[in-house]
Amino acid sequence: MHFVFTEQQRLSQRTLRELLDKDCTAAELRAAWSNASGRIAGLWEKLVAFGVVGLTAPPSFGGLGLDEIDLVLLLEESGRAALPEPILETTAVAIPLLSALNDHPYCKLMLRRVAGGTALVLVALQSRPFVPGAQLADALLIQHGDEAHLVPSREVRLVAERSVDHARHLHRVAFVPSEQTRVMAGDAARELFEEAFDRGAWAAAALLVGLGARLVEMAIAHAKTREQFGRPIGSFQAVQHQLVDAHLGIAFARPLVYRAAHSLARRDPDRSLHVSMAKAFASEAAWRCARSALQVHGAIGYSYEHDLHLWMKRVWALAAEWGDAAWHRARVAEAILGEA
Amino acid sequence: MDLTFSAAEQAFRAEARAWLEANVPKTPLESGDTREGFAAHVVWEKRLFDAGWAAVAWPRRYGGRDASLIEWLIFEEEYWRAGAPSRVTQNGLFLLAPALFGFGTEEQKERLLPDIAAARFLWAQGWSEPNAGSDLAALRSRAERVEGGYRLYGQKTWCTRGAFCDGIFGPFRTDPDAPPHKGLTYFLVPLKAPGVSVRGNRRLDGDEGFAEVFLDGVFVPDGDVLGRVNEGWKVAMTTTSSERGLSLRSPGRFMATAERLAELHRSRRAADPGLCDRVARAFIQAEAYRWFTFECAARMANGQDPGPESSLSKLFWSEMDLAMHETALALLGPSAELEEAWMKGYQFALAGPIYAGTNEIQRNIVAERVLGLPRK
Repeated sequence: MHFVFTEQQRLSQRTLRELLDKDCTAAELRAAWSNASGRIAGLWEKLVAFGVVGLTAPPSFGGLGLDEIDLVLLLEESGRAALPEPILETTAVAIPLLSALNDHPYCKLMLRRVAGGTALVLVALQSRPFVPGAQLADALLIQHGDEAHLVPSREVRLVAERSVDHARHLHRVAFVPSEQTRVMAGDAARELFEEAFDRGAWAAAALLVGLGARLVEMAIAHAKTREQFGRPIGSFQAVQHQLVDAHLGIAFARPLVYRAAHSLARRDPDRSLHVSMAKAFASEAAWRCARSALQVHGAIGYSYEHDLHLWMKRVWALAAEWGDAAWHRARVAEAILGEA
Repeated sequence: MDLTFSAAEQAFRAEARAWLEANVPKTPLESGDTREGFAAHVVWEKRLFDAGWAAVAWPRRYGGRDASLIEWLIFEEEYWRAGAPSRVTQNGLFLLAPALFGFGTEEQKERLLPDIAAARFLWAQGWSEPNAGSDLAALRSRAERVEGGYRLYGQKTWCTRGAFCDGIFGPFRTDPDAPPHKGLTYFLVPLKAPGVSVRGNRRLDGDEGFAEVFLDGVFVPDGDVLGRVNEGWKVAMTTTSSERGLSLRSPGRFMATAERLAELHRSRRAADPGLCDRVARAFIQAEAYRWFTFECAARMANGQDPGPESSLSKLFWSEMDLAMHETALALLGPSAELEEAWMKGYQFALAGPIYAGTNEIQRNIVAERVLGLPRK
C-alpha cells in the first residue's frame, strides 16, 4: 500500500497547469462559448504535443502507452481549467476502446490518427443520449445493441441539442447499421462498451474534482477582497463554513477518484463499483462547490458577465452525464445489498 | 502508486485476523463507561497487550510491535471487523502517547508508555473546564511553583472515564500575566494524589464514566511536567492533530459500521428505496474516508505532519458516523426507540461533532489555516 504519485506524474500535472493557465484563460473559454466549434483554436495541437491526447494509446500507434493513474491528475487539471477540449472523450474513452478493437483495419487506422491528433473519433453509447462535439468528429464509434460500429461522420445523422454549457455542442446520433460499419459483435463488444462507460464516468469524476476545487478557489479569492460592513466577507463564519464544507467534499472525492483510476489501470474485478463510488461522490461534491461559490460571490456571481458560470455550468453538465450521483449510488447499492 | 497490500501486509492482516477470531469475547462486554464494564474492558486490554496487539505502531521497547502506519490501519480494520471491544485505554494510547513521543523525556517515555500499553495505568483527558470548552485557552486552573514541582488548583470537567482512571493529563496556567495561549504548562496528574477529588457524572446515554476533577493544592513533581514550562499550548496542539487526524478514529471502525448497516438493511428487507440510497451513501463515505486516510498515512510516512488537514478528517468522520446511525434508526422504524445497540451508538455518535474541538472550531481552523481566509 503506497498511495503516492510519482515525481514524474506530479511534474506533468504542474506542466499542464502552466500550459492551461496560459492558453485556456477565462477569456479564451468565453470565446469558445460563442464560436462554431465550442473549442479554443490551436489548443488541441498543443495538448497533442504535450503528450496528453495520445497518453493511453500504445507506443506502436504513436502514444505513450500509459494508464489511468498517469492520466488522472491531468484530467483534474483539465477540469480545473474548464478545458473545452475532448480529453475525456478521446484519451479516457475513445483511444482505449479503439485499442481494444485494433484487429479491425479501420479501427487501427483511426487509432493512429486519433493518437496523433489528426482525427477525432467520438464514442456514442446507448446509455448516453448526447455526444458533445459530434459535429467535429471524423467518425463515431457507436454502440448498437451488442454490436460496435465505426461510422464515418458523413454517414451519421446528427440532431443538435443546446447544453446549458455553451462550449458543449450536444448531438443526438442516428445511423443505419451495416456489415461495412460493424467492427465487433457479441458479448465482447458489450463488455468493451461497459468498460468505456466506466472510464467515461471515472474521467468525468476527475474533471469534477478539478472544477470543484477551482470554484472554491474563485470563491476564496472573492471572499478575501470583497468587503462589507468594513471587513472582508471571508472573515464571516457564515461564509467561511460553507466554503470549508465545499472544500471538504472535494478533499474526500479526490482519493476515491484516484483509487478508481488505480482499479481501472489494474483491472480490479470491482472497478465498476469503485468508479461508481467516485462518480457519485464527486458529482455531489462539485455541485456543492458550485452552489457555495455562487452564494459567496453574491449578485456579481449571478451575472452572465462574470466568469463563474462557465465553471458552474460545466459542473452541472458533467454531474448529470455518465450517470448522475443517484444512478451510481443505485449501482453501489446493487453491489452491496444485491438489489437495485 | 500501488493500492494493493504487499505480501508482508497481507500476512500481518492474516495474523491479526486469526488472533482476533480466536480471542474476541463471543458476547459483547458491558459498556466500558460503567464501573463493571470498565473492569471487564481492562481485562481485555491486558489480553491484547500480552499478545502484542495493544499498541501495534509503537516501538517494541515501549510495548508495541514496530508496525508501520499502514499495518496499524490494517489492524484497526480487522479489530472493528471482528467486533472487538471499544478501547478504554484510548485516551492514553491516542491522546497522551503522541504528546509523550513528541515532547517527553526518555525517562518519561520509559516510565509511562509501557503502562499505557499494558493497561496498568489508565489516563483520562483533563482539558475542558466549566468556562473553557471550545475556547480552551481561556482555562483558569493554575499551577504554582513550589520546591521540586508545582501545586495545582482548579477544576477540570468532561473527563471521559475519569471516574475509573488513574490519572489525567492537560494544560494548567503557570504564568497568569502572559497572553492566554502562552503561560500554559502541560501536567500529568495522578488522581490518587492528595488534594484530588473526582466526582463521576452521567453522559447523555446514562453511563457514569464522565468525571469532574477538583484539584486543591495537588503536588506534581517536575518530572511530571510534559514539555517545557509555559509551552503547554504547543503540547496540546500536537495532541489535537493526532486526536482529530489519523489516530482517534480509524477508517476500520466506520467500514464495520457500514457493514452492520448493510446487514440491518438485508434483515429488515426495507422497501423504501430512499433507505437503500442512504446505505449506499454510508458505504461510499466509509470508502472515501479509508482512502483519504491511506493517502494521509503515505504523507506521514514521508515525514509530513497531518497539521490542520486533520481538522478535515475530524469533520468528515464525525458527521459520517452520525449519518450512519441515523440511517440505522430509520431502518429500525418503531424499534429505533428501544435502548439497544444502534440507539446507544447514536448517542455516542452525537458526541462526535462536540468533543475533540467542536466542528464549528474545526471549520474555523480549516477556513483560516487551509483555505487562508482572514480572521477579522
